[in-house]
Amino acid sequence: MENRDLEVIIATDCGSTTTKAILIEKKDGVYRQTFRGEAPTTVEAPFEDVTKGVLNAISEIEELSGRKILDGDKIITPVRGKDGVDIYVSTSSAGGGLQMLVAGAVKAMTGESAQRCALGAGAIVLDVLATNDGRASYEKIERIRQLRPDMILLSGGTDGGTVSHVVELAEYIAAAEPKPRLGQDYKLPLVFAGNTKARPQVEEILGKKTALYITDNIRPVLEKENLMPARLKIHDIFLEHVMRQAPGYAKLIAMAHAGIMPTPAAVGAMTEKFARASNSNVLAVDIGGATTDVFSVFGGVFSRTVSANLGMSYSVSNVLAEAGIDGILRWLPFEIEEQDLRNRLKNKMIRPTTIPQTIEDLLIEHAVAREALRLAFEQHGAFATELKGVAQERTIADVFDQSASGKSLIRLMDLDHIIGSGGILAHAPRRAQAMAIMLDAYQPQGVTALAVDSVFMMPHLGVLAGVHEKAALDVFYNDCLVKLGTCVAPVGLALEGEPCLGYEIKTERGTESGTLVFGDVLLIPCEGKAAAVLKPAKNFDVGAGAGKTVVCEVAGGTVGLVLDGRGRPLNLPSEHALRRRALNKWHKALALYPEHD
Amino acid sequence: MAQTYTPGLKAVSLVRVVKKRVLPVPGVVTVKMGDRVSASAVVAYTELPGRVHSVNVANRLGVGPGGIKKALSVKIGDRVAKGGILAESKPFLKWFKSEVLSPVEGYVESVSEFTGQILLREPPSALNLSAYIDGEVTAVDDKSGVTVETDATYIQGIFGVGGEVCGEIAVAVESPDTELLPEHILDSHKGKILIGGRHVGIAAINRARELGVSAVVAGGIHDKDLRELLGYDIGVAVTGMENLGITVIVTEGFGHIAMAEHIFGLFKARAGEKASASGATQIRAGVLRPEIIIPGAPKDYKGGQSGLACGTVKIGDGVRMIREPHFGKLGTVSGLPQELEQIQTESFVRVMEVTLDTGETVTVPRSNTELLER
Repeated sequence: MENRDLEVIIATDCGSTTTKAILIEKKDGVYRQTFRGEAPTTVEAPFEDVTKGVLNAISEIEELSGRKILDGDKIITPVRGKDGVDIYVSTSSAGGGLQMLVAGAVKAMTGESAQRCALGAGAIVLDVLATNDGRASYEKIERIRQLRPDMILLSGGTDGGTVSHVVELAEYIAAAEPKPRLGQDYKLPLVFAGNTKARPQVEEILGKKTALYITDNIRPVLEKENLMPARLKIHDIFLEHVMRQAPGYAKLIAMAHAGIMPTPAAVGAMTEKFARASNSNVLAVDIGGATTDVFSVFGGVFSRTVSANLGMSYSVSNVLAEAGIDGILRWLPFEIEEQDLRNRLKNKMIRPTTIPQTIEDLLIEHAVAREALRLAFEQHGAFATELKGVAQERTIADVFDQSASGKSLIRLMDLDHIIGSGGILAHAPRRAQAMAIMLDAYQPQGVTALAVDSVFMMPHLGVLAGVHEKAALDVFYNDCLVKLGTCVAPVGLALEGEPCLGYEIKTERGTESGTLVFGDVLLIPCEGKAAAVLKPAKNFDVGAGAGKTVVCEVAGGTVGLVLDGRGRPLNLPSEHALRRRALNKWHKALALYPEHD
Repeated sequence: MAQTYTPGLKAVSLVRVVKKRVLPVPGVVTVKMGDRVSASAVVAYTELPGRVHSVNVANRLGVGPGGIKKALSVKIGDRVAKGGILAESKPFLKWFKSEVLSPVEGYVESVSEFTGQILLREPPSALNLSAYIDGEVTAVDDKSGVTVETDATYIQGIFGVGGEVCGEIAVAVESPDTELLPEHILDSHKGKILIGGRHVGIAAINRARELGVSAVVAGGIHDKDLRELLGYDIGVAVTGMENLGITVIVTEGFGHIAMAEHIFGLFKARAGEKASASGATQIRAGVLRPEIIIPGAPKDYKGGQSGLACGTVKIGDGVRMIREPHFGKLGTVSGLPQELEQIQTESFVRVMEVTLDTGETVTVPRSNTELLER
């Protein structure tokens, strides 16, 4: 379809609460997002038909654009002048998205590979079972029975290796007689992607109790993962079986001109496309009310994690539970009673649609966001690793570098782009607030560009990219990404006030030069590109090594260039008054919040 | 006239309450259409499958997986006692004989010659499903459960913990603005659903629990007291399965917040009457709020259906602010501007003007208000 001359495209994302539609039109050879509409998602009673929400969201676009897109409940295709669109594509996370249980023989090896495979397919992983997961057999079986996943992915063993572990897991699954989450009368789909030698036994044990699909081993040899065949199989089953059990999805599948993608899979696809197109390392995050999804591409390797209970409303209280009260308090530049803060966060949990009205409340939400992003990123870093269990060839040169297998792929100094999406970042009253939240949560090192997804368009573009990559990338660069600017953060520590970076930056407004001292943050307004000469102090590094000068081009944005001299790691003063003074100083330097009483 | 939609909780004098009572696994329904049932009556029962335990016989006897059938003393479907012999080796010399004993009482579920393990399932446990409310059976699904309906006063809380209980309504405080203190809780409150005012603390909850009170309902609770009650910090509002010996429901939120007057009035009007309550809360897709159901109508009920405390808001309606800086305050809607307005955070949002009971008029985001039935 890539070669088709598409003029007008309609895309929707059916979220758990809102269905968002965007219209994309080709203007002067470039695809641009022109109108958007949204409506409540209608998966649940009393509607129980997802297409109603889709049609409502598209109707809003019709009203705004003047283009007639619907003929009753049908989408008019192809374009005929001011009527119709050429294609319709959609993603969906409504009704809980794709929920999977995965199992692998050894937790840190095939267990993790299975988890990576399911996450890459856009699933929420409910649990990872493994023969060595520390649970007794009855606990495993109870767990399988309690969970009602949409699908199970069973892996285990390298091809030709031992079969007993994976067969043992198959026996546990059979004993649990798992039921699917949706649909009463259909068998739970199970994808077996393990040792090819175990296929006959798995077929015998699970063939009658589940809808069994056999695909290539995701770990044919220890040194290599082969996730794509299983990922594609999961996607096919999701479309053909799981989704059809959800209200209205059979109609939605028929309406769309490409397969409906799980929302996170589409965001992941777009992140990968962007990383490939820009030949860069990318970190993308979507922080929602209930969950935080983190995507990364480092050295071409894609990773995704979902932190299922880190979010800004439904899960806000869990952020407090995980970060601790001190974790939240440390970002607040004012005094507040612990009980008051706890009650406020609980009230947000039980009334998730309320919004901050005061600066104080906004600062509290931003403090929670910093911790939610930080925690989700920590979980991502622990998961986005090189393959574990792989024998490493060492030479005499490696004597002093005995790093274990399973090293994290996340190297902050090599990170080129951070893209944030989700209400707290995309709708921050000042863009600088979104930038500051991400800087504090991720503490990027060296030179890193930051952006936000303006209206959470990445899902739409991810599914569109599978049909028409140019259209997706055009809109991604021109309308989706709001470039915030670039952060330059020298890595190192010093005493407050000591020089850590000399800089000379040529922007469209002129040349800015000077010395950044430790503990300070500087904002240099710059919307376009700038030429930077960065001279770190001898014990600081901005990417070329300690004390080594970096000459590079940096991208400005709606915020500008932030020179972050707070050091890495960023240590907040432990004394409360000093910490509040430091926070207020940094807020002022970045003009984060309006002055208030 | 300008109007808007705002969420709210149900608190109505009389409404048809429909409760589906569904077994987790198919079972037997014990009532029929049209039966009158009491809240504690068993309307269906089933057996929950027992736990499954694995025993690797091959490893224990030192034989290959394929060799275990010869060693087994039991077959699939056999009942075994705890300590009963599952398998034994057959050496030439009896001294070297070894046995594999069952770790549990149960049944042999499966025998695997692939892994050498057998799976034992414990006996099933009985599950009785009660009607939960006094009412009439209006639908029966042969194997999965029933629907029970009744006309009742229906009050939703905002958050709760603890499962389903029933008992008489007892109002323990003078006004909705009075804190429920331990001294308000009497021996005579045993088995009752106790109504407090603006707040209930851990001391009062513990006293109520000691005395065998079924449930406590109040305006607010401090998070730290909830943590002490549960023994952990609640992360996500999915509750109802806690085994606390008491159900706790708050109608307004966390902190000191007077119970809405009309809710307190409903409880007062139904004091002494039997009710059902549940603390189960789920604030996700498929929202579930805690509830108190009091079959029948208040004595002074004059007919006509009470409105629900949610829906379209218009000028003159009563609202409660549910976020700082006016959290918990009550007022009357005095303006519903159409245009977005900038608030202190600099966000542009849809707002409403509210005249507080003190006479002061404040502007608040519409999403930070709840409609009250006043």
